[in-house]
Amino acid sequence: MNKLLTLTTALVAVGAAASAEEISVVSWGGAYTVSQVEAYHKPFTEMTGIKVVSIDADNPASPLKAQVEAGNVTIDLADVELSDAIRLCDEGLLEEIDPAMLPPAPDGTPATEDFVPGAIQDCAVANIVWGTVIAYDTTKFSGEQPSTLADFFDLEKFPGKRGLLKSAKRSMEMALVADGVSPDEVYDVLGTEEGVTRALAKLDTIKDSTVWWEAGAQPPQLLADGEVVMSTGYNGRFFNAMVAEGKPFAIIWDGEYMDYDLWVIPKGAPNVEGAKKFLAFSTDTQRLADQAKYIAYGPARKSSAALIGMYQDGKTEMAPHMPTNPDNMINPIWTDPTFWADHDVELSEKFNAWLAS
Amino acid sequence: MTDATAQLTTADGKPLKAALAASLARSRRRAFLLVAPLFLFVLITFVVPIGQMLMQSVYNDTFSTAAPALGKWFDEHPPGSEIDESAYAALASDLKLMKEQKTSGSAGTRINYDISGSRSMFTGTARKADKFEPPYKEAILSVEKKWDNPNIWRAMRSASSPLTIDFYLAALDMTRDDAGNIVSVPEGQAVYKMLFGRTMMLSLAITVICMFVAFPIAHLLATLPLAKSNLLMILVLLPFWTSLLVRTTSWMVLLQSQGVLNDLLVWLGIIGDDGRIQMMYNRTGTLVAMTHILLPFMVLPLYSVMRTIPPAYVRAARSLGANSFVAFYRVYLPQTLPGIGAGALLVFILAVGYYITPALVGGADGQLISNLIAFHMQKSLNWSLAAALAALLLAGILALYWLYDRIVGIDNMKLG
Repeated sequence: MNKLLTLTTALVAVGAAASAEEISVVSWGGAYTVSQVEAYHKPFTEMTGIKVVSIDADNPASPLKAQVEAGNVTIDLADVELSDAIRLCDEGLLEEIDPAMLPPAPDGTPATEDFVPGAIQDCAVANIVWGTVIAYDTTKFSGEQPSTLADFFDLEKFPGKRGLLKSAKRSMEMALVADGVSPDEVYDVLGTEEGVTRALAKLDTIKDSTVWWEAGAQPPQLLADGEVVMSTGYNGRFFNAMVAEGKPFAIIWDGEYMDYDLWVIPKGAPNVEGAKKFLAFSTDTQRLADQAKYIAYGPARKSSAALIGMYQDGKTEMAPHMPTNPDNMINPIWTDPTFWADHDVELSEKFNAWLAS
Repeated sequence: MTDATAQLTTADGKPLKAALAASLARSRRRAFLLVAPLFLFVLITFVVPIGQMLMQSVYNDTFSTAAPALGKWFDEHPPGSEIDESAYAALASDLKLMKEQKTSGSAGTRINYDISGSRSMFTGTARKADKFEPPYKEAILSVEKKWDNPNIWRAMRSASSPLTIDFYLAALDMTRDDAGNIVSVPEGQAVYKMLFGRTMMLSLAITVICMFVAFPIAHLLATLPLAKSNLLMILVLLPFWTSLLVRTTSWMVLLQSQGVLNDLLVWLGIIGDDGRIQMMYNRTGTLVAMTHILLPFMVLPLYSVMRTIPPAYVRAARSLGANSFVAFYRVYLPQTLPGIGAGALLVFILAVGYYITPALVGGADGQLISNLIAFHMQKSLNWSLAAALAALLLAGILALYWLYDRIVGIDNMKLG
């Protein structure tokens, strides 16, 4: 027993010495975190010797805000949505990031021109473009298969339970577009009283048949359990269920909801330098293309698109599964972070009231 | 006579009274020192953080620290004063300060709680604040004409003092109109009062169901021979020791529409394959799972009380001519009351604050107030409102506790 104790103590001491430099990265968990670990974390540790500790959260913006406000920051880098990145930056909770530190594309194009528009913010740099899409279980419909956003709300033609994100954001926009609003005008409509009523009325048509989900890993699970026949969800998660696990799902790309995931560094992070190094490393052209090998999210750099090849199984071409593929971008709804920063409180309240009644 | 009362001394000559007091004080000090670590622990890890959190419900200084000049202007000009050039000058200087210190977002968020859509006015105008020159009113209105809205100024005045009851108003589905009067929010936006009511009703239902289910179990356990009852006790305790999440997800496996119970019913031909019953993601799911999870908290106090009731009492009642119902109702039941009281109070208080189980199995209409508190802690990040809701919940429980004490009496409770 004593020997064992000495041994473990020694091991812990060695471990502590070896990990003299490390960074903590918070992300969304599941297949998405796995793709980041494979494409970013492992090669980064190999190259620099800096250990990367990966932490999962339902939404990394919440622990980040909590830590900065409490003055006890342990996170070095977090993966957040566009609206959260802008909001946290406005509130002074994030380190500013100078785009000059980002490596240029292989052909020399500076980073500011290589990234897709909106991907570089004052305090954040995007790594992926992702879509919220609808997936359905192909075995549940014998005749015609659903193909549009409107079909999701059509319980007569396609009966069965629906899975929807328990949040005003995304659900309300998708309801409006399904109701015939053009994606370009969706925020103008949602900004009015009538628009909100219209969105909720559309959601009301499927309310009794809806199972609400909150974490990204839930929709594929609900579909696989047969608990729902159609669900909204993140396209990369559906891709993993379809390709890696061979589930009989299909994706409806019509009206996909586009958003970025961005790296941010909280104010007062214990290892800002390490985080910056990691940020620059993980958003270079090759690394972003590598990530697409593990999950079907679009790289935030234009120069990465050409480098996207096969899925890790070596036989699935990734391009047709990318949310940024022109063939998939039918009627895309681009998120409007300013709108949500302004109206999140009001719409969430109305949505919660509608949900609970 | 006088000698005896005047000087009773100890062997070493000290007055007995003083010596006694000193020794008492010593033992009290020792007792306090023994409790001190626990006292400090509770103070540091429980009372202080909760107090700090509850403080946020009435104290929010994000706007007042970001806008000192406006705060001064509001102090000098009573409500109803005209919003003149001096007010806009104060606003301009504060917007400049916000840009410098990157506080326009948090200041805007504070006002946005009150007036939806005002956050971007702060971030947008502050971005251009460096270029403002007198006359400030024109300069600011040319950037964003919504600054003209008296309601914004009303909201800023109210937020310029860090002490506020706004969050309690919001937690009770109330708000202020343009003139500053307290009014109810529009119908489509009211949610909290209804959820408080639902939480109370559901918790009450769970408590009553637990009571009816636990009573026979506890009675059986208390009356069986010890060897057998110990074995059965394991069945009560095993789920009690199992992780809450495991138990909740097991219920999901059992109750979901493709789950064990529905499969069984379909297999038996009681329901058709397309008529599967929705027992999950609604109020039924919350009720079933929470009743199961909280059941041991009712069984254990009941059991400990029932064990101490001598069977001779009921036998005596029967021999004196009472039928079995009267003997139970008039003799046995009153003696179990301390256990019922303790169990009911425990189950009810735990149920009121439950959050994980309704979040997982409650769907839309099985949500409780604690889920909304979690929403404001984790998603909307409006901690002041979360604190106000939590404080109201705490106050409600304390009121019920007081009521219980008045009706049943807290001394009458036996926790095991």
